[in-house]
Amino acid sequence: MINTGSESSGLTDIGSANSGSASSGSSDIGLAQRSMAVLRRVASTVASPLRRFVVTWRRSLQFRVAASTVAVTTVVVLVIGLLLVDQISNGLLHAKRDAAVRQAVAGLDSARPKFNGVAPGDHAGINQAVEQISSELAANGSNAGLFTIAVRSPDPSVDSAQTDEPVIPPALRAEVRKGKGSIAVQYYPVQVQGQAKPVVGLIVGEPVNTNAGTFELYYLFPLAAEQATIRLVQRTVLLAAISLILLVAAITFLVTRQVVRPVRVAAQTSRRLADGDLSQRLQVSGEDEIAQLGESFNNMATSLQSQIQRLEELSRLQQRFTSDVSHELRTPLTTVRMAAELLYNHRETFAPELARSAELLTNELDRFENLLADLLEISRYDAGAARLEADEADLVGVVERAVRASEVLAQRQGVALNVQLDASTAVAEMDARRIERVLRNLIGNALDHAEGRPVEIRLAADDQAVAVTVRDHGIGLRPGEAGLVFNRFWRGDPSRSRLTGGTGLGLAISLEDARLHGGWLQAWGERGRGAVFRLTLPRAAGTSLTSSPLPLAPQEVQA
Amino acid sequence: MKPRVLVVDDDSSLAEMLGIVLRSDGFEPAFVPDGSRALVAFREVKPDIVLLDLMLPGMSGIDVCRSIRAESGTPIIMLTAKTDTVDVVLGLESGADDYVVKPFKPKELTARMRARLRRYDEAGGETLLIGPPDSPVSIDVPAHQVVRDGVQISLTPLEFDLLVALARKPRQVFTREVLLEQVWGYRHAADTRLVNVHVQRLRSKVERDPERPEVVLTVRGVGYKAGPP
Repeated sequence: MINTGSESSGLTDIGSANSGSASSGSSDIGLAQRSMAVLRRVASTVASPLRRFVVTWRRSLQFRVAASTVAVTTVVVLVIGLLLVDQISNGLLHAKRDAAVRQAVAGLDSARPKFNGVAPGDHAGINQAVEQISSELAANGSNAGLFTIAVRSPDPSVDSAQTDEPVIPPALRAEVRKGKGSIAVQYYPVQVQGQAKPVVGLIVGEPVNTNAGTFELYYLFPLAAEQATIRLVQRTVLLAAISLILLVAAITFLVTRQVVRPVRVAAQTSRRLADGDLSQRLQVSGEDEIAQLGESFNNMATSLQSQIQRLEELSRLQQRFTSDVSHELRTPLTTVRMAAELLYNHRETFAPELARSAELLTNELDRFENLLADLLEISRYDAGAARLEADEADLVGVVERAVRASEVLAQRQGVALNVQLDASTAVAEMDARRIERVLRNLIGNALDHAEGRPVEIRLAADDQAVAVTVRDHGIGLRPGEAGLVFNRFWRGDPSRSRLTGGTGLGLAISLEDARLHGGWLQAWGERGRGAVFRLTLPRAAGTSLTSSPLPLAPQEVQA
Repeated sequence: MKPRVLVVDDDSSLAEMLGIVLRSDGFEPAFVPDGSRALVAFREVKPDIVLLDLMLPGMSGIDVCRSIRAESGTPIIMLTAKTDTVDVVLGLESGADDYVVKPFKPKELTARMRARLRRYDEAGGETLLIGPPDSPVSIDVPAHQVVRDGVQISLTPLEFDLLVALARKPRQVFTREVLLEQVWGYRHAADTRLVNVHVQRLRSKVERDPERPEVVLTVRGVGYKAGPP
């Protein structure tokens, strides 16, 4: 469909271009244009029903079955009909011919004595004999009145004297004349009295050897009756064939409808089921195969529904639990936090041990809080409760904020944060809070492993996606570790401490955040060459990524 | 005079601790542990600012927030243990000016409170005009009055501050982050949902048709600006 559309629009374009030049130029172009238009119309009228047929053929089982049944039936009926008509007409003609030949043989016997009584050269006698034989034979036998008689004498001047002398085909005459007393037969149009046009007929000719020479005796049988019968048979067979085909078509249509309709309903229902309406069921009546299908379909739907409801219930419970734990833990934690802060603020007035205790208390509370927050966040992901609230935002601003937030930490560790922006803006649909959290996690992680060397942050964008890489030049990753870094509580080197007080869940949460956006978060690392984390986000939420504007591995490694 | 604070929280330890912190920071706290008694206490105490826990016995924090907002524009800061968007947005939509997530640091809380109590320096008796010329919104800054089509519009102090911030620089587009800094007093980026919800609330009061705003315009992908005067 789409193809024709674009083709015809292409043709229209050519047409309109032509019309532009036609106004200034010759009429040839106008003609060409007109013929083009005609061609186009013809092509479209031919193509569109054909295409519709192909589409229907592909889409509708009912149509396919009905169409192929009709096609096969047509062929069969055609063959049978032709055979039948052929057989019947052959039989009819054979019988007629046999009867005609018998008539002729009988006529010969009665004609011969008459001719024998005529002397050669006696024209009047011959004429009389011919007259006599003609009328006698014509009135004779069971077929009397159904044929006419013609006699040809060896003397051309005394042929039977009718003015409306029947025409005997020369080929037949030649055969009769040279024949050795045998009977010759030919189908030939025969003139019938009272009818202007000759009708299909059968002419039987025989030589009559007499003293007066060899006469030729012809019986002319009009086959009008037989032809009418054959026509009737043909018409009947044709009518029967057409009605048979139509009947078969109708029957097939009805029968397949019986089968296809429940299938269609089932397809529709399963589509609705797939769309999330779990209460959809098929109507089951009877005990046939379709009913069995419907029943097992319904069983499947029921078990699906109960499974999904169970999972939903679980997820709801988990969310509820998370929310409750969150609240129940956070309220006392707030009190503890405030108390600790108060103690911390007055630590100068305490004895050294108490002062240090207040410091430790405050610091560890920070860690505890972060861990709690991360645990709740990851359990929210596990419960499937995280929802993306994407808004158009500029990743450049997000990166700048994340870098600003990490600067204190970087200065404390004496690590430079180098930002390289390959794009001045990188607007994409994102939840800026989550993405900023991801970036802060990545930068914090890089700072943890920077070993005093600068951390490079690079941003780039293309039509489909925006991306940020965060690179450190620290110890790097061992082979196979790039996939492990996102595991919960994973530590590359258990002996190393976390300088930034990370909870061990940061990268796992970041990965979930990226996934929530339909984006990628990937890691690259080599022993001694540092590590790269790349975040890629699609410009439009919900579209799938195929590539990233930034390479994962650093360029000097790729080269 | 010390600013009065009404603390609505059912956790007695937290309330007590909050009392210690607030007093040492120069506030005068009053406490009510029950949502159903919150409104009565509010009328008695006439606080300058309210700290409101969202999960309360008797009457939910959301309802308390609504009923306070129905009779007063007094700043309300929600204390919430829930960070889910639904809870936060519901709280903001019911009229809270700001929220603090438990566990918060005392300094963070008092900073938020002071930001809400800080008024614009009202030097210079300016009157600002924004919105469509045929029906402008007139803002009398020192008198805290907003009039449109001869009708006075009642705004909460926060909504008033938001409107004034936009109206003072009518051609400038404000990002949500800048508004958070100027109106809410956040020094670093915070939850931009605060801005979205309050812009909606402001629009519902000043716009003729909140679906097609003329006074507070959205600049897609950037932020908000005041409609031309």
